[in-house]
Amino acid sequence: MSAKSGLSSGKAAAALGLHRFGFGPVGNAIATIATDPRGALLADLEGPGSGQIDAPNLMSSAEVAREVSDFRAERRAEQKLATRQQKQATANGEAPAQMTKLSGDESGAPTQKPPLPQQIILSEAKARFDAAANAEIGLVERLVWFWSNHFCVSADKDAAMAGAYEREAIRPHVLGRFTDLLQAAESHPAMLVYLDNVLSMGADSIAGINQDKGLNENLARETLELHTLGVRSGYSQADVTNFAKVLTGWTWLRPEEPVHGGEFVFVRRFHEPGDQVVLGKHYPDSGFDQGRAVLADLARHPATAQHIGEKLARHFVADDPPPALAAKLAKTFLDTDGDLKEVVRTLVTAEESWTAPRQKLKPPAEWIAGVIRLTGTAPDIPIGRIMNAQVALGAPLWRPPAPNGYSDMEAAWTDGIPRRIDIATEFAGRASRAEPLELLDSGLGPLASTQTRETVARAESRSQALALLVMAPEFLRR
Amino acid sequence: MRLHAPSRRALLLASGTLFAWAHLPKFARAEGRDPRFLTIILRGALDGLATVAPVGDPDWLALRGENALTLDGKLAALKLDEFFALNPAMPNLHRMFEAKEAIIVHAIATPYRERSHFDGQDLLESGLPKPGASESGWLNRALSGLTPAGRVDPRGSKVFAVGPVTPLVVRGPAPVLSWSPQRVLPASEDTVRRLLALYRDCDAKLAGVLEDNSKLTASEQFGTGQKPPAPGPGQVRAYFSEAAGTAAKFLAQPDGPRVGALALDGWDTHFNEGIAQGRLSQLLGALDEALAAIKNSMGPAWRETVVSLATEFGRTARINGTDGTDHGTATVALLVGGALKGGRVIADWPGLKPANLYQDRDLKPTIDLRAMLKGVLRDHLRADEKTLAETVFPGSEAVKPMAGLMA
Repeated sequence: MSAKSGLSSGKAAAALGLHRFGFGPVGNAIATIATDPRGALLADLEGPGSGQIDAPNLMSSAEVAREVSDFRAERRAEQKLATRQQKQATANGEAPAQMTKLSGDESGAPTQKPPLPQQIILSEAKARFDAAANAEIGLVERLVWFWSNHFCVSADKDAAMAGAYEREAIRPHVLGRFTDLLQAAESHPAMLVYLDNVLSMGADSIAGINQDKGLNENLARETLELHTLGVRSGYSQADVTNFAKVLTGWTWLRPEEPVHGGEFVFVRRFHEPGDQVVLGKHYPDSGFDQGRAVLADLARHPATAQHIGEKLARHFVADDPPPALAAKLAKTFLDTDGDLKEVVRTLVTAEESWTAPRQKLKPPAEWIAGVIRLTGTAPDIPIGRIMNAQVALGAPLWRPPAPNGYSDMEAAWTDGIPRRIDIATEFAGRASRAEPLELLDSGLGPLASTQTRETVARAESRSQALALLVMAPEFLRR
Repeated sequence: MRLHAPSRRALLLASGTLFAWAHLPKFARAEGRDPRFLTIILRGALDGLATVAPVGDPDWLALRGENALTLDGKLAALKLDEFFALNPAMPNLHRMFEAKEAIIVHAIATPYRERSHFDGQDLLESGLPKPGASESGWLNRALSGLTPAGRVDPRGSKVFAVGPVTPLVVRGPAPVLSWSPQRVLPASEDTVRRLLALYRDCDAKLAGVLEDNSKLTASEQFGTGQKPPAPGPGQVRAYFSEAAGTAAKFLAQPDGPRVGALALDGWDTHFNEGIAQGRLSQLLGALDEALAAIKNSMGPAWRETVVSLATEFGRTARINGTDGTDHGTATVALLVGGALKGGRVIADWPGLKPANLYQDRDLKPTIDLRAMLKGVLRDHLRADEKTLAETVFPGSEAVKPMAGLMA
């Protein structure tokens, strides 16, 4: 490797690239891409069906909404019936009947299925996790995780739609145009439910007048603050309010509706009539298209380019990213009108992406995926345990505490390091016959320090060796 | 306790346990007996001299100094015979020994003479004479070899394994049923200590996180984000007892498996070994309770039971510079169970003078572990001697089965 190009090729660069931009090396990946690590990453963007999950068994978000609605209605009916029977029995002077058991069982024996929403989340989580575990490099899956966190929703609030949301709104656009990603995310029922837009109505809209109801600003504010321009980028409260008016009427068909319940719908009766001014620009009242027009302008705003450029650099490269890298990404974003594939190409080829020290602490789920890939334990570890591990590390899947998603800063995750030792121990205990020193070469190659090599080699058992390997600083950081 | 047969997937999802269902192999059953056999692999290299001390050896005190267990020490070792005494953390084993239900074999080793845990464990479990990849273990091959003998238990049986991963010793052609304790044992103090040493060398920030955490746990101020203390002796005891006791419950069932295996880790005591009080003492105490749990869970089947306990190799005869012991060679193996002619320590004692030590550092091996195991397999399970020499422990013709172990 030449001094000028820094870590542009060789096994060390390959290993760095696979950890920094993928889900971590497996098998011979380090050697395979050593001649041209950047080329291998760029090629990962061209895979057919990149970013998509082929899972015909998974329901659409609207189906999820309807099924869960039915499920909950049935549960309510069962409970009501039980109460009624009990009252009847008491009135007849009989001993109170045992309540009909709805879920759970006495022995803890694994006989009953979890409730429907939980089943849906488990299947979605499995499909998502398998995609990461099985990806060759995983750059596109990493992008899915990044954008899903950027446009996060919460499974606590959206009736189990989070997985379908990710497949419908995020995955199709991670290598497409930011404007399409933005439109898909903001108009998705999961987002409209999560950020309370489904009941927002203009005070002067027909429904607003009739019901004495009005605006909910949440979606408008978070779109400006978190999804596009970024906080303190110059928009005012008036911009937020006006944008919220623009977005009135963006809602869903109530899930109780047969056939189309749970789908997006623009309801004119909710929509605040009239033209609006957002960020100094005048938007005529074109109904649904008024919101689309504002989003299109937000998508190509320089502040958005800067916000996204910096966030990508922070996520992939460093908590405090090299300003030159963030600037390059923002420039590509602006020059290409938000072509996300081009932005990622810039990220992967920029010198700064390869010379920044490997100090970024992998966030919990990414680390777990790396552990499972390296140890080959995907078939042995049930998705429920993986999800539990994410909970234990403070990053439950699709349940971020707030709309800004999970943090990209190390400080948020160092607390969980001692917990990771337990999880490493548990997962390593499920790896049968993995050869620790071979895995050390597969997973770290030349990145492994002498001390790490010795620590792994001197472990008292293979499973302890694997736990130590995935807890080594070189594996925790990228 | 019942063995259900729901789908494997359902079980995985619901409880994290692993059941590998298979058709039941035929199992040779001798002379109207219904023998049970459980083997316990102790990974990490058990210090045999700290477990069963040669208190009658004139060089013992000189060798281990204040770390030498003695009959009249502060924590007096439990007398076994005129020469050997048992670590005081193992009163249950001592009672079994006195009831003639335990045999201790000392200065014993596998044929492995290097000092790598991974290779040593491979050899211990594979039963092969040399380290190297093996897809099957000696216990599974022993079972596979029983069928042609023709004495078949019509109720059938299967090999049984405890733990999230089937130990190599029971892997192989005979179908394996496995069960995993619900309890997930947190990382051991030893793992945390090894990581802390690594972080102190390579990553000060991570080292600081671990140090802060252990400070907090030490003062019991850990809050929501903090990891609870590393598994204390209580947790380890509970885990060992649950694993071993459950294995025994399965083996005790009239139509349950007859042969099983489990592995208990944590014996690699390089540092602050704590022979009479401390880490090793706690581990031996946990193992002792696990043995009691087995006896208890076996019920009436105990009199037809043999449990073998073996480790990959022993530890240095002398104490090292950090109050521990490093990888060595010979150690002890244990047999417990009501089917034994117990109450004996079997040893061809090599002595502890420097010249008697293996490479002037380890207890010298004078008994081949395969001899003990072959003795049990032949006389308890009625395994065929030729199969034992060729298939179960290939190349072990010269290692004769130890005779007279069974009552």
